[in-house]
Amino acid sequence: MEATTAPAPYVRRESLLRRAWNWLREHAINIYAGFAIAYLLIPIAVIILFSFNDPAGKYNFTWVAFTLDHWKSVFSISELNSALLTSLRLALFATVIATAIGTLMAIALVRHRFFGRRTANFLIVVPMATPEIVMGASLLSFFLILGTPTLGFSTLLIAHIMFCISFVVVVVRSRLIGFDRSLEEAAQDLGANAFQTFRLVTLPLIMPGILAAALLAFALSVDDFVVSNFNSGTTVTFPLYIFGAAQRGIPVEVNAVATILFVGTLIAMGFTVLQQRRAERLAAVRPPQEAP
Amino acid sequence: MAGRRRLTPYLLLFPGAAWLIVFFVVPMYYMARLSLDSGTLETGFRFTWQWSNYGDALTLYQDPFIRAFEYAGAATVIALLIGYPLAYAIAFRGGKWKNAMLFAVIAPFFTTYLVRTIAWETILSDQSPVVSFLDSIGLAPGGHILATASAVIAGITYNFLPFMVLPIYASLERIDPRLIEAGKDLYASSRAAFVRVTLPLSAPGIIAGTLLTFIPAAGDYVNAFFLGGTNNKMIGNVIQGLYLNVRDYPAAAALSFVLMAVIMIVVFVYIRFAGSESLMGEEGARA
Repeated sequence: MEATTAPAPYVRRESLLRRAWNWLREHAINIYAGFAIAYLLIPIAVIILFSFNDPAGKYNFTWVAFTLDHWKSVFSISELNSALLTSLRLALFATVIATAIGTLMAIALVRHRFFGRRTANFLIVVPMATPEIVMGASLLSFFLILGTPTLGFSTLLIAHIMFCISFVVVVVRSRLIGFDRSLEEAAQDLGANAFQTFRLVTLPLIMPGILAAALLAFALSVDDFVVSNFNSGTTVTFPLYIFGAAQRGIPVEVNAVATILFVGTLIAMGFTVLQQRRAERLAAVRPPQEAP
Repeated sequence: MAGRRRLTPYLLLFPGAAWLIVFFVVPMYYMARLSLDSGTLETGFRFTWQWSNYGDALTLYQDPFIRAFEYAGAATVIALLIGYPLAYAIAFRGGKWKNAMLFAVIAPFFTTYLVRTIAWETILSDQSPVVSFLDSIGLAPGGHILATASAVIAGITYNFLPFMVLPIYASLERIDPRLIEAGKDLYASSRAAFVRVTLPLSAPGIIAGTLLTFIPAAGDYVNAFFLGGTNNKMIGNVIQGLYLNVRDYPAAAALSFVLMAVIMIVVFVYIRFAGSESLMGEEGARA
């Protein structure tokens, strides 16, 4: 369009230049986005690549040679193994408890109008807007002054449940808001009591939301460093092991474990997405005339 | 039955709310109390309304405190400059690549935070090709990036970038494309349509994204620990050291409290300022 305004004798050359320029202008944002995505992915590639490195010294910062040795011995460092097991155990407990009580909270907030609802919403938002270090430090102050429980697995569990709850509520709530309540009414018309309606209609339909929330809680817990750093006592989780090992050189096996965790999360997320699609199909199965 | 129904929401809320009150709200009170204690680890700490803890700690750790806000501010601006065009491209130019691009944005979350940061230590180490390239074009004087402010800011920007991109993407995605078309019909140039329609309508996403980046960044100490040197310590490093190594709990608690207070003030002022802007923008788009 703009090329038509060019002086007549230079039309051919100008239009070629202009075409290139216009192409660049049109795609500039895509090219920029491409660089941004490379920026996001390169460190992940580096993590995976350096799990195959054969470093010269104890520091795994310079590429030396390709080897599979550290993948063969991935579970041979006993401290790393026990840290991983602690992390997984902690995340499992924290996820189950936080998902259960967070889901109840989400149901209360979406389904009921009651006095104190705004305060409850506020109570859920504030922990997500608080820097982790303040959360960790205040909880440590609390345990220090009370003198109980002793810092360790139990205080870690308390802390992890605490910071997971808000995220569970937010995820489950978004699923509940888009919920078609006529399905529940239909169940009740057919003679189901409140509990049966919940178990047989509501729960299966919000299950993908609960699963997504649980996955998020699990990921947050396994990955947490800051709050754990403050409240772990002598208990060592996977991130705390890495932090401790940083001074004396982090073993290459850590990169292999990080790669395994990465792939594991990918698979779990793929599974959740499939579940979500399935539930959407289930919810869509009803005569069109019933749609509002 | 009616009475039970009225109790239902409170019963559903109780376990979670109680957990958050006992292990989030109450600990804040204990931290405030600890910040007013006097004494040392050897003599034991006693609650004596020791207000001077605040002045002493702030005088002593003024530099890392200011540095934390400088680094967090710089990282937030850079993340916005990287994140907004990326979110825009995903929302409007993604096409069949949209889901793959969104996946790329959250992929860093699938790796451990510390391992990600250590990957940056690898990328920015003196022998790395990235650093020698930057050195050759004069951007890495002396061939060093590690243990400088740039390294810490780069790490923070990277680690919190998804928090910037996702809310902006969500707000862009929600924009009705007919509004932009209408804007183009009325304003002719696509730049004007962007400035007057798209940008104001995505303001809530920008506000959420900048806050979600800035708040964790200001309290972070992982990036400064792995990527910074002794001159790049942030207030988070100081608080962590005072709590866990020096065990000067009152000073550490006082600093945590001031950190939270300053963040809250910054957030409040920002929302007042930016909130009214975005409101005007929405009205402008409607007019």
